[in-house]
Amino acid sequence: MIELKNVAYDYGGAALFTGLNLSLAPGSFHFLTGPSGAGKTTLLKLCYGDLRATSGVVRLFGDDASELDRNQVALARRRIGVVHQDCQFLDHLPLSENIALPLTVSGRSDEADGNLEDLMAWVGLSAQASQTPPQLSGGERQRAALARAVIMSPDVIIADEPTGNVDWEMSQRLLTLLIELNKMGKTVLIATHDLNLIRTAKSQLSARVLRLKGGQLMQAGAEL
Amino acid sequence: MKLDYQRVLQLISGNPQADRAVPPTGYTARLTLFTAAAMAFLAVFTLALSLATGRLADRWSEELARTSTLRIAAPDDQIDAQVRAAIDVLETTPGVAAARALTADEQKELLAPWFGPDLPIESLPIPQLVEIIEQGDGYDSAGLRARLQAEVPGAVLDDHTRWREPLVEAASRLKALGWFALVLILAATTAMITLAAQSALAANGQVIRVMRLVGAQDVYIARAFVRRFTLRALGGAAFGTLLAMLAIAAMPSADTAGGFLTGLGFQGGGWLLPLCVPILAAIIAFLATRSAAFRTLKEQS
Repeated sequence: MIELKNVAYDYGGAALFTGLNLSLAPGSFHFLTGPSGAGKTTLLKLCYGDLRATSGVVRLFGDDASELDRNQVALARRRIGVVHQDCQFLDHLPLSENIALPLTVSGRSDEADGNLEDLMAWVGLSAQASQTPPQLSGGERQRAALARAVIMSPDVIIADEPTGNVDWEMSQRLLTLLIELNKMGKTVLIATHDLNLIRTAKSQLSARVLRLKGGQLMQAGAEL
Repeated sequence: MKLDYQRVLQLISGNPQADRAVPPTGYTARLTLFTAAAMAFLAVFTLALSLATGRLADRWSEELARTSTLRIAAPDDQIDAQVRAAIDVLETTPGVAAARALTADEQKELLAPWFGPDLPIESLPIPQLVEIIEQGDGYDSAGLRARLQAEVPGAVLDDHTRWREPLVEAASRLKALGWFALVLILAATTAMITLAAQSALAANGQVIRVMRLVGAQDVYIARAFVRRFTLRALGGAAFGTLLAMLAIAAMPSADTAGGFLTGLGFQGGGWLLPLCVPILAAIIAFLATRSAAFRTLKEQS
């Protein structure tokens, strides 16, 4: 699905990480942890083509990302559902249109008719369909972001701190949704600080936990 | 460049959902509408000015080239004989259709703008004027002057070349300036629409980020902006053009002497020309916004 080989990334000349390797196999479930500023968000952005590696190879569905133009990256991104840290939405549009946006921009709006209602019910936002994002709570926005990320039935779901702004109960609900998606065959990569979330997930499925620290990506310890 | 009718139709019909992705921005919308309307108004007036000046140059050139004047200064007792001799010479000159001496009233009328209507022309030593109407390619000026010098010593031939050329040149330059002004107006329109589009694109950075996050291609994002600005420019320019056409139509019609200011306007099929202005404005807006959109999207990637 997505593969990083010997990847380095520099921020303004300073190496954030070097020689990084990662492979997201179909149907796998990964957690990415590490201290703030270690480069978790950057690593995720490399995985969905929002950034280009300084060196090394990033493969998106078999294609070298450095050789893809912006339109090809956009096409690859339709196969990747992204739940962004700050849940970016179009604030002037109602929630239903925000969730259906990936279908709209892909010219598949007609597919939204049946799926959208089911999806909004699945994330428990049916009653908020006509509200705009600024009218929603943090948890509702996170669930909406997840719904938007999966509406295209992507192969990979990448979530950056999806439970960062929600309480424990809501974080469990979001995790349950992600586990359900993984059971449907989706590849999941979650960056999080929340160790309890990781422990809960590991009690329900086989998840690989990676730790990014000091520019190196390694398998997390047995404590997880 | 091959015109892709399918894409033009798509642009006009649009994609309501894509359009909705870009929030309505009142400021840039009003700015574009006002700019397009004002520039179209100016463009139509400049077009009218250019066409009127062109007509004037043609008329001066044509009318003055067909006529010339013979001025005969002689003592009172010889003037009639010299006029008759001159007319005899003129009537036998190839290229001269007719020649006649102006009457005293006609000469008085010519002098009236300078001396008033009550000029006692009979008591003044004013030369007799003979109007010459040319035909075909006209006459040989040098040959005619030589004959007149021999047979009518007091005659001076004025074929209008001396003052016709500067007048026609001035009118032609005015016409060229009009077209240049039109080009400047279109260039200024392009610049203003580009700035408005860039402002809208910069203000919608979040929209572009979200659209990209969900897999929107550049052409999809650009189209939402391009269509909006194209339609605004078309609407504003159509309004400005209509106002200008009404204003021009309301001007007094040209008098029989073909006065320049009263002759400002369009004639016959010329009234269709201003209709090109809104279309041109829409094309300019389309190209300017498209270029600005793709440039901004490239910079933001």
